[in-house]
Amino acid sequence: MLRYTVRMSRLKGKDMNRKKGRLLAIPYIIWIAGFTIIPLIFILVKAVTDVNGSLTSANLFAIFDPLHRKALLMSLSVAFFSTLICILIAYPASIILRTSRITNKSIILFILILPMWMNFVLRIFAVQLLISNNGVLNYILTAVNLPPLKIINTPWAILLGMVYDYLPYMMLPVLNSVLSIPEDVIEAAQDLGSNRFRVLTHIIFPLSLGGIGSGIIMVFVPSMTEFVIANILGGGKIQLLGNIIEQEFTVTMDWNLGSGLSVSLMAFVLITSMIFGRNNEDTAAGISL
Amino acid sequence: MKSRGILGKIYIFLVMLFLYSPIAVLVVLSFNNSRSRVVWGGFTTKWYRVLIESKSIMEALGTTFILAILSALFASILGLFGAIGIYSMRRRNYRIMLFCTNIPLLNADIVTGIALLLWFVRFLPLGFSSVLLAHITFNIPYVILCILPKLKEMDVHQYEAALDLGAGEAYAFVHILIPHILPGVLSGFLMAVTMSMDDFVITYFTRGAGVNTLSTLIYGELRKGIKPEMYALSTILFFVVLILLILVNLPYERMFSKRTIKKKVNIEK
Repeated sequence: MLRYTVRMSRLKGKDMNRKKGRLLAIPYIIWIAGFTIIPLIFILVKAVTDVNGSLTSANLFAIFDPLHRKALLMSLSVAFFSTLICILIAYPASIILRTSRITNKSIILFILILPMWMNFVLRIFAVQLLISNNGVLNYILTAVNLPPLKIINTPWAILLGMVYDYLPYMMLPVLNSVLSIPEDVIEAAQDLGSNRFRVLTHIIFPLSLGGIGSGIIMVFVPSMTEFVIANILGGGKIQLLGNIIEQEFTVTMDWNLGSGLSVSLMAFVLITSMIFGRNNEDTAAGISL
Repeated sequence: MKSRGILGKIYIFLVMLFLYSPIAVLVVLSFNNSRSRVVWGGFTTKWYRVLIESKSIMEALGTTFILAILSALFASILGLFGAIGIYSMRRRNYRIMLFCTNIPLLNADIVTGIALLLWFVRFLPLGFSSVLLAHITFNIPYVILCILPKLKEMDVHQYEAALDLGAGEAYAFVHILIPHILPGVLSGFLMAVTMSMDDFVITYFTRGAGVNTLSTLIYGELRKGIKPEMYALSTILFFVVLILLILVNLPYERMFSKRTIKKKVNIEK
């Protein structure tokens, strides 16, 4: 009987704690409502109205105009290829780090992910310095009698800049998922007669799909929505969707059209996240180093 | 599967070369006594002196640091209470809150920036305060995602035991809960500082004329043509971030648990 009452009081106490605990979230809830939800509603409202404030769907469908469609296609293809190249670089690296006998693995991990934390604009600046027509790369190429590369102000420069900028974002989740596969599982497969290749295709690859998924989100979404890289490495000659939206807000000042295009862009982001991010915890884990 | 020695090492080396050669070029050029990008004109530190004397750069540097510290501080406080609140919610609300927390993380920066711009122009002159509000907004999720795992790891019974033994709620909060999640709060704070210093896109849209952080300043300079003091600035920034990151990744947990173990031993004695 005594035990019962103690338990009851505990339960009650815990419940009260929970209630009080929840109250602590109130400032945060207000903040989210004020600075995350309401701004999103605002952009939606701007997107479905015109300058006079009457309803229209023109801004939402403006993405299918020839000019915008071209930018959308360019954005999609640049984002697709930069994501693909990032996977092709990051995946072998993580397999090597897992299987080879390199000492100080954690330091190598740190080095591979470190550039992610460097200032974003600054990294593009560094790339521009390296690949510009009279840059260091061409200096080295001419010194060894090779033809200089003229890639600045072309889509290739943008692609290179994106791969350089977002590679660590792919590296981090892929490395996390490959390195966290327990050795027991691999040993079990080997004991049951799998060779190396089979272990790779049937054990390591399926178990690292979650990491690849978050990597795809973390590379595809920013490179799809990018405008800084295109402005600096593309010399303003190549228009991505991000550039068009930026110009609507800073040059042309058609905020309704800009909002409409942003909402269309958001749809792409949402679709990508839904396809590749079924495991939300993974994305969260990927962000904290 | 242990034979892929030398080829693997070469591969990893090439990836590192790709990641670090642009940065290395920046660092080397910052000490170059010639304006050329490819000719070495001898070692100099004059660009660092030019940098220190440049009023606009120093102003942007100050703005960046103040912004980073202030936004991280506010985000940590809001995020600390927010995380505890979310943690004690029931399953459904917990999920809703977690989803809302993830919005600024998953959404494209350009959309977040524009949405905040559209909202801010309604009631706020764009300037330092609008940038600060924006930075707090995108920093909170990082803080919460650093604290929540610590809360999950914590043994709730300890907190309840403290209450059963007569501790007031405030006392138990300060002496049981806070020490448990302090490592999470700390790494959340430092991550928020880094994120704030790294941001360009959201700052770009929410700043008014005249307010410059280092990111927006470098961007502006890049479009005008590069001055050598930018190399010096980049070098300094690189090492600041490096130091910050080493601080973030120090094994706080081990430090804290060592201290608690010591305490325990003392009590047992």
